Amino acid sequence: MTWVKKHLIAFAALAVLVYMLVPNVIVAAFSFNDPKGKYNYNFNEFSTEAWTNPCGAQGICESLGLSLQVGVIASLAATVLGTMIAFALGRYRFRGRSATNLLIFMPMATPEVVMGSSLLTLFLMLGVPSGRTAILIAHIMFCVSFVVVAVKARVATLDPKLEEAAADLGANPRQTFLRVTLPLAAPGIAAGGLLAFSLSFDDYIITNFNASPSSITFPMYVWGASARGVPVQVYVIGTVMFLLALVVVMVGQLISSRRNRQVV
Amino acid sequence: MMAGQEKGDLSLVALTKSFATFTAVHPLDLTIPQGSFFALLGPSGCGKTTTLRMIAGLEEPSGGRIHIGDTDITETRAYQRNVNTVFQSYALFPHMSVMDNVMFGLRRRGDKNAKAKAGEILELVQLGQVADKKPTQLSGGMQQRVALARALVNRPDVLLLDEPLGALDLKLRRQMQMELKRIQQEVGLTFIHVTHDQEEAMTMADSIAVMNAGRIEQLGDPATLYEQPRSTFVANFLGQSNLVRAQVNPGGTDRIVTVRVHDTDLEVSREHLPYGVDDVWLGVRPEKLRLGEAGGPNQLRGIVRDVSFSGVATQYAVEMPWGQELIVVQQNDGSARAVLGETVSVSWAAHHGFALDASQDAAAGAELVEDHG
Repeated sequence: MTWVKKHLIAFAALAVLVYMLVPNVIVAAFSFNDPKGKYNYNFNEFSTEAWTNPCGAQGICESLGLSLQVGVIASLAATVLGTMIAFALGRYRFRGRSATNLLIFMPMATPEVVMGSSLLTLFLMLGVPSGRTAILIAHIMFCVSFVVVAVKARVATLDPKLEEAAADLGANPRQTFLRVTLPLAAPGIAAGGLLAFSLSFDDYIITNFNASPSSITFPMYVWGASARGVPVQVYVIGTVMFLLALVVVMVGQLISSRRNRQVV
Repeated sequence: MMAGQEKGDLSLVALTKSFATFTAVHPLDLTIPQGSFFALLGPSGCGKTTTLRMIAGLEEPSGGRIHIGDTDITETRAYQRNVNTVFQSYALFPHMSVMDNVMFGLRRRGDKNAKAKAGEILELVQLGQVADKKPTQLSGGMQQRVALARALVNRPDVLLLDEPLGALDLKLRRQMQMELKRIQQEVGLTFIHVTHDQEEAMTMADSIAVMNAGRIEQLGDPATLYEQPRSTFVANFLGQSNLVRAQVNPGGTDRIVTVRVHDTDLEVSREHLPYGVDDVWLGVRPEKLRLGEAGGPNQLRGIVRDVSFSGVATQYAVEMPWGQELIVVQQNDGSARAVLGETVSVSWAAHHGFALDASQDAAAGAELVEDHG
């Protein structure tokens, strides 16, 4: 009994971990199911059918492709814009700086339903047709805020003296940025970019308002399919996404732990 | 350009820096000879770092010019100047190895021998074995030497040191002072060292400019500044001084003048007396005062009010009849020690005294001395 008491914290931690990971385990397990009927709710029989034929469900790979495309473009654009905004806010004092700081938070604070519907109104007014372009514009818009927050936190910890030292050693402003500022801000920029990608890839509500029948993203596909019965392929893609995220996080951990080991 | 100027001398001509609410540096004229070890000494906020940053190109002057030799560099940007800085915080690039830090400047100019030169300079500062480490893996003293190497390797016309030893502990600081002096003599570059530590400035520099409130109070070699301060600020900021109010008696010889201190006539060298002033502060350094009678005319009697023994020396506070306490430092050389409450004579040689215009505040600079003991 005392052994249990001693390791209570470990048990609690394990329980929380299980709580967090059970959904992913279920997704992974059911990706190997051969469901009886159209609903993939009961484990019927082990099968690798969905894994060997991930595009087997109609329209699934088109929607996945669109989501990846939108995610990559939106996160890249948002990362570039957000990084510039973060540097401006973190480095310079200018009129309207605090107002900008506040406004940057607005998209994060606004309910997505409101944002989605107002964007639709805006696009209709401006004559922007619903579909891929409208979705991209919307995604870049709400991703920028998150990138700004991630990069600004990093910029705040950068010692401006390092840039002075670079200039002092003969680096022109461009070289200073490329060789000193950018490498040091990179972890924040990478974090912002990844966050933007996952937000864009994941978004359903705002996307749904601005999509056209020919621009069905992956979340929209899954939502649409859930009424008719989610195909097993969705579970396969879910599992792959989870594994990919795991790999990215592990690589990140590895890099930072190697860095830290050098430091100690 | 002034006549007779050496090729690489740094000269500041009426250099000024004003901020919105105050003037950090009043028009400053200064020539620093090539190859010298020069110190800008003063309390924090005196304008010494601002001056340094203007020379580096990191701060834009409000007025005045900066020349190196015949070249006017006032309008050039920091990265265009052949001037390098050792920052107080070192400002080493954390994402680069020690080697890459040191090569940074050379690479910016496309030096083909960057690696060899950097290796050489790392040997000079005795860091050859840590070239592949990251700066954060090194101790403070080692980081300091990397910062020095990173600046030195570019062979700048002027090397600027901004309180470079401030973050080190006392023992390491002493060691680095010797090291810096050795390196400066070895490479023969002009070093400008900004510090608030008077001992550090005196140990290392060939000449010192004492700055106060954006102006140079006095410029000279360390011994002259110490022995013949020209203001109460310098007298107090560089070491301790006993300052006694005195009136100059008329007459005197070419060499000696007498001054009157509370009914006693005391002698002081004429060359240590400001011209045309009757009311003066007579100053004597504590270690120049002797307990007991020395036979000369400069003698005051008082009561010992405090004795503190520090091993190499004993410091006394001797109260004068008019209430002022004089500080006397007696070397532990075997001479008789006084005890608390004893009435003693305090004496000194005429040429050890100096006189300053009495219109100045006697305490100027004293409260600014930071104790680095």
